[in-house]
Amino acid sequence: MDWMQLGGALLIGAMLVFLAPRLPAILRATPKASGRQWLAAIVPIVAVGAFVFLLMKLV
Amino acid sequence: MATFQPSLSRPATSVVATNRLIRNTYSLLALTLLFSGLTAGLSMVLAVPPMAYLLCAGGALLLIWFALPRAARSANGLWVVFGITGLLGFGLGPILSLYLALPNGSSVVMTALGGTGVIFLALSGYALTTRRDFSFLGGFLFTGFIVVLVAIIANLFLQIPVLSLVISAVVILIMSGFILFDTSRMVNGGETNYILATVSLYLSIFNIFIHLLHLLGIASGDD
Repeated sequence: MDWMQLGGALLIGAMLVFLAPRLPAILRATPKASGRQWLAAIVPIVAVGAFVFLLMKLV
Repeated sequence: MATFQPSLSRPATSVVATNRLIRNTYSLLALTLLFSGLTAGLSMVLAVPPMAYLLCAGGALLLIWFALPRAARSANGLWVVFGITGLLGFGLGPILSLYLALPNGSSVVMTALGGTGVIFLALSGYALTTRRDFSFLGGFLFTGFIVVLVAIIANLFLQIPVLSLVISAVVILIMSGFILFDTSRMVNGGETNYILATVSLYLSIFNIFIHLLHLLGIASGDD
């Protein structure tokens, strides 16, 4: 393991220590959604996945 | 007519405030992206070592966690935003240099840049025009991001190439979700501060670019 990997692990570890305690409060504050609302979010995200796949094929 | 028309039912002042927030956010976002490009170019000219990426990312995180929450409500927030985006851009320089030195490097970098722009404009445009409320994505995206961070740390030790590929793909999808989430928060009143909105959108764009660069590098056989 070189210094870059060690530094990266420390940096991401610090992010986890900072962010993880906020997760329960965020989950409590998140409203529930219907299947239709989920679909409206998932369709564009799946389209992004397809676009990235296309770029990977083209490059 | 008993038809519910949300756009007409909103007070005019609220619509004006939302439009001002969106305009200020996108103006500041454009300036910060330009500034990042300049600092990235500067670090490439100076040929700073790859370690600069970690140091700059660490510095930017410190600004995001400790300086931004205090300065976001004042004019000083602008200095902090340019500090964050300048540092991240400067840290990006060595990575871009590595890719550009590869045989197909310039094509990979330009495709990642264009692809990131298309993804951002399409998702933000979708959230702005539909005016849907994507606040329900918050818990899902945040949980996914925590899981990805754990996977990244694990792969620093495991060094599994396929896991690295999967992580980059998942980060792009999560950041795409964050663009929908952050844009809808601006439209629906969840976010009223253009400085905080700019930083959120900038970080999504930055992460999409980095991970798209990684995926395209692998796909072109250069990474």
